[in-house]
This record gives sequence, C-alpha cells and structure tokens, in this order.
Amino acid sequence: MIAIYKKEVKGFLTSMIGYVFMAFLLVVTGIYFTYYNLSVGWPKFAYVLSCILFVFMIAVPILTMRVLSEEQKQKTDQMLLTAPVSVTEIVVGKYLALATIFLIPMLIMALYPLVLSQFGTIYFSETYTAMFGFFLMGCSFLAIGLFVSSLTESQVIAAVLTFLILFVCYVIDGVSSLLPETAFGSFVIVIALIALAAALVYNIVKSTLVSVLCLVIGEAAAVIVYVINSTLYEGLMQDVLSVFDLSDHFSNFYSGIFDVTGIVYYLSVIGVFLYLTVETIQKRRWS
Amino acid sequence: MIEVTHLTKRYGSNAAVDDLSFTVEKGQIYGFLGPNGAGKTTTMNILTGYIAPSAGEVVIDGHNILEEPEEARKCIGYLPEIPPVYPEMTVLEYLQFAAELKKLPKKESAAMIEEVMQTTGLTQMQNRLIRNLSKGYRQRTGLAQAILGYPDIIILDEPMVGLDPKQIIEIRELIKSLGQKHTVILSSHILSEISAICDHIMIIAHGKLVASDTPENLTKLMRGSGSLELTVAAKVADARKMFGALPGVQSISVKNSTEENACDVMIKTEGDHDLREKIFYLCVEQDTPILRMQHTHVSLEDVFLELTEDHPQASPAKKKRKFGFGGKAKQEKAADSENSTQEESGETNTDYETDAFTGAAQGMGAAEENGSSEADAVDRVSVGAEGQESGGKE
Repeated sequence: MIAIYKKEVKGFLTSMIGYVFMAFLLVVTGIYFTYYNLSVGWPKFAYVLSCILFVFMIAVPILTMRVLSEEQKQKTDQMLLTAPVSVTEIVVGKYLALATIFLIPMLIMALYPLVLSQFGTIYFSETYTAMFGFFLMGCSFLAIGLFVSSLTESQVIAAVLTFLILFVCYVIDGVSSLLPETAFGSFVIVIALIALAAALVYNIVKSTLVSVLCLVIGEAAAVIVYVINSTLYEGLMQDVLSVFDLSDHFSNFYSGIFDVTGIVYYLSVIGVFLYLTVETIQKRRWS
Repeated sequence: MIEVTHLTKRYGSNAAVDDLSFTVEKGQIYGFLGPNGAGKTTTMNILTGYIAPSAGEVVIDGHNILEEPEEARKCIGYLPEIPPVYPEMTVLEYLQFAAELKKLPKKESAAMIEEVMQTTGLTQMQNRLIRNLSKGYRQRTGLAQAILGYPDIIILDEPMVGLDPKQIIEIRELIKSLGQKHTVILSSHILSEISAICDHIMIIAHGKLVASDTPENLTKLMRGSGSLELTVAAKVADARKMFGALPGVQSISVKNSTEENACDVMIKTEGDHDLREKIFYLCVEQDTPILRMQHTHVSLEDVFLELTEDHPQASPAKKKRKFGFGGKAKQEKAADSENSTQEESGETNTDYETDAFTGAAQGMGAAEENGSSEADAVDRVSVGAEGQESGGKE
C-alpha cells in the first residue's frame, strides 16, 4: 500500500496532471478570494469555497481520470494485481495519493484566512470548519472519480462520466423540487420505477416468470403501503434524492456548523465508492 | 511447487483453457508451447492470480492462489506478454517501486536491484525514462522486475519477443542459469526457443494439455510411429495385401492415388525399422513399379503439428505445412537449396511453402520424386525433401 501510495504521489508530482489540478484550483480560488475578500472586503472565506464548488467539479476528473484507467490500458495492472498486495491495498493506496494531492492546495488555501486576519476580525473556527467540510466533500468526489476510472480503459470517458455524475449530484436538489411532493404523485413514480426495475430484471435474467413475479410483488407492496399509510409517500422522492446531493451537507459546514452527520455521510460515500472500486477490479478478474 | 487441477476458463461459451491439469516440480525449466490462441497466456494469467479460473484450482507452494493470494504471489515473479512498465518512470525508479511492491527488505533491495540490472544488462540505462527505451530494453526491464528478489517461481510469457538475436542468446543463458535454482515457466510459440532451454515441454492446443514430457521423450514418443509413404502402380486391394504381410509393419492405410492406376500407401513402422529395401525387393518380386517412396522421420515440429492439429483424424502426411519453426538461418539455407532444385528440375510446382527445415532436420529423407504434382500437401514435402537431398547436404 505504501509503495503504491508513494509511487502515485510521485507520479502526480512528476507529471503535468497533479500540477494542473493544483494550479487550476488555486488560480480560481485566488480570483474569487481577491474579488470577494480583498476587493469587496467580505470577511467570509467560506463564501469563496462555495463559489468554486462548480469549478472544483471540473477539476476532480482531471485528477482522477487516469488513476486506474491508465493502468488497465498500459497493462501495468498486471504487475500490481500479481504482486503480493491485495486489491484493497492498491485502491486505498491510490485513493490516499489522490487525497494527498488535494490536500496540498487546501493547505495553501488555509493561509488565506490568515492573510485576511490582517485586515479585520476573522472567525477562524467557522472558516476552518467550512474548509474541513470542503475537504471532506472533495474527498468524496475523488472517491467517485476513482471508481469511475476503474470502470473504463479510456481516460476521456472516465473524465466525462465523473463530471456527469458530479453534475447530476449537484443539480439533483433542483430536480427533486420539480417532482411532485404529494403522496399520490410519489406513489405513481414508485409504481413506474418498480415496472422499470422489473424490465431490468428481465433484461438481466431473461426469464419472464421471474420478472413478472418481481413486478407483481413489487407493485402489490407499493399499493398495500399506499392503502394502509399513504402519508409515507409524502415527499418520498425528495427524501430519497437528497441522499445523492453531495453538496447538501457542505452547506452546513459552510454556515460554520460542525455537522457530524455530514462527516459520517461523506465518509460513507468514500467507503462505498472505494468498496465498489475494489469490487469492480475483482469482478474483472472473474469475467 | 505448482499444482494445477482441472483448470478451466470460459469466456462466454468459448473455453480458453479447458480442464487443464499438471504439476510443476522445483528447479526445472518448463515450456508452454502452443499455437496462437491456444490458451498459454490465459493459463499463465491464472497461475499468477491475475485472472480467476472458471473452475479448477491452482496451488502454489501449498497456497491456493484464490484463498491465500498474497502468500502465493510472494513466490512468483511474472513477466506478462506486454511488459508492465510505467513509461513515466526511469528504469531504476521502476525497479525500486517493484522492490517495494514485492515487500523486499529495504536493506537488501538496493544491492538486489543493482545485481538484477547487471544480469539483464540494464545498468547503462538505469536513469533513462522507460518511455524512451526500445522494445528490447522494455522487455528486459519487465524481465528484471520479474526476477527481482529471486522468487521461487518465475513465469515468463513470451520473454524473447522483441529481442535481437544477441539478446535472445543472453536471455536464454540467463533463463538457463535461473533454472538451476528456481522454477521457470516460459511460454512461446517458437519451438527452437523452447527446445533449446526447457527441461520439460507442455504442448497446449485449444486450451487442452496435449503432451507433457521432456523434449527427448516427445520425439522418441513419435518416432515409434515413423512412417513411409509410397505411391505404387497397383490396385488398392493388392497393395494392402502385399504390404500388410511385411514384417515390422505397425499399420497400413491404402487409398486411390490422384494418379491413374496407382494407389497411395501409408505404412507406419514399428520402432526404428527401415523397410525401404525390403519394400523395394518386394515390389520387384511382385512386378509392381514404385512411383514414389518417402521416409518420414518425426522431428519436434511434427510432434507439435500433430498434436496441435485442428482435425486429429487427418493423416500425418498432410500435416507438413508451412510453419516457421526452427533457426532462421537454417531455414533460409534449406529454402535456397530448394529453389535451386526447382530451377534444375524445371518443376511446375509453384507452392514453395514447404517446411524446409523439417526436411533438413530429418536429414535422411529418401524421396523419389515422381514428377507429377497434384497431391499438393504430400508433394510439397517431396519437393522439400528432394531439395534438401540434392542441394542442401549439410
């Protein structure tokens, strides 16, 4: 694990990608910092972070796109996977390297509030809580990027797909507000989704019996729940979709709240995607 | 050292490796031989734990590759078909990374890397980026990585590809010296390479192990069924009766020749019996003209072709097709002699893809060319053998 971590960090620091990522992030932060904090004179650095969120979503794929896809393409994964290290060690080593490269610009950014403190009163704890939240959220983005990179041999596809996923997570709040909040509206959506799932089951197992069974049982359960307690459906879609809203918890950190559920949420996202990455690599072995 | 039992790997409905079982002993050099797509690389990938088998198991030094992958892989150094090198690293950096990855003790690793670079001739190149290295040097870097730490088992997938003749000899020597202490498994579709290095050859075709023995035994095994091919001016039934009575005949097959009023006879002889003279006198006695007679000895190539042939029921005579095995120089020489024969005899046969090397290896092919050239596979062999006789006495 340490060997892979060292190799990856060194790789990022001897090739363009690491520097491009860091420079990109720092330049954009610098521009917003100069404008909002230095020029306009607003003491809240956290605002800058929320402004660069979208740009950060573009920067993440730059860093993560090649991390696993390139290994596959160059066939160097053969060396890693036949070495006496487990897949988990490989994935975690790579992930920690990504997090380290992300940590460097964050540490530089950590100096900005100190600069600001020269000109007035800065609430350090509030600011650094926001930065901590931003770092955690960034780490969860990196985990997603790592996972997507394990899916494909192509860097371009990995980058685009990562951005798409991050983008969907970004706009999902807006999308969910468009969906009906009433019990009946959610009920209809659930019915449709179960039908879709049954079609998917049919596509995978190619068995009419199994898929029809899935459909009937699923729909029956949905109807029964609706009849017994229709209030369960109220705002269901919004609740479900909010799970995917990665930046939602950041807004708590942004306001200076040390959000423990947020920490748990981001750590779980990281855990889930690292697990999925390990499984993807293992699965390729068996296919 | 390695025990492989009922190994199967399926890709969809196609079995790349089909119920393969073998054991590998310590301190020997094993060669996987097989045509393209026979399943050599797949087998090696399974042995090293890169891919998992669909069925069967691999036990390396007492460790199952799936259950205790790390323990098992510790004993293995692997050079895949494409050397797994990072273009953005220098040779030295790469080997340092490999040493760390293999968890070699820090104190010894520097000396070990130095030693490995020396044996593979990389010392001069150690500070070059792998990106800028030629194919041969990349191959060597991959090889250096595989033998780093001197694991008990060294698995090399086509280690000679991309090397120049001098390097091939060097690497061959290196593998031989490694084989004294370690178990080496290498794959190739080039026969001369395998027979020059290996103590034991495993021939794989269509994912199945078709033969596994020492190079000497493999040729011996086949020599038992050395054969004679004749074309005689006689009826099928008569010929069968006539030759069937000869002592020392193991089996006989007779069929109508493409020539009129003649038949082709295939006689398999027992052991090293040479029946040519007897047949000659027998035919004189019976007043049957011999239109053609040819002695076919088996070389390793024949074994290989015979065993990897798509349709095992085809007659051995038809199996002498173009196959670029053997030393190139030798082959060219033989080919030259073949051409000269062609000019001299003014043959109309245009098909010159005969395995001339086979002819040269047989050395004593006594062919009576009958001038006609319709039975093409058999004919090609005849021309090759004749060429070898008249022009290529080595």
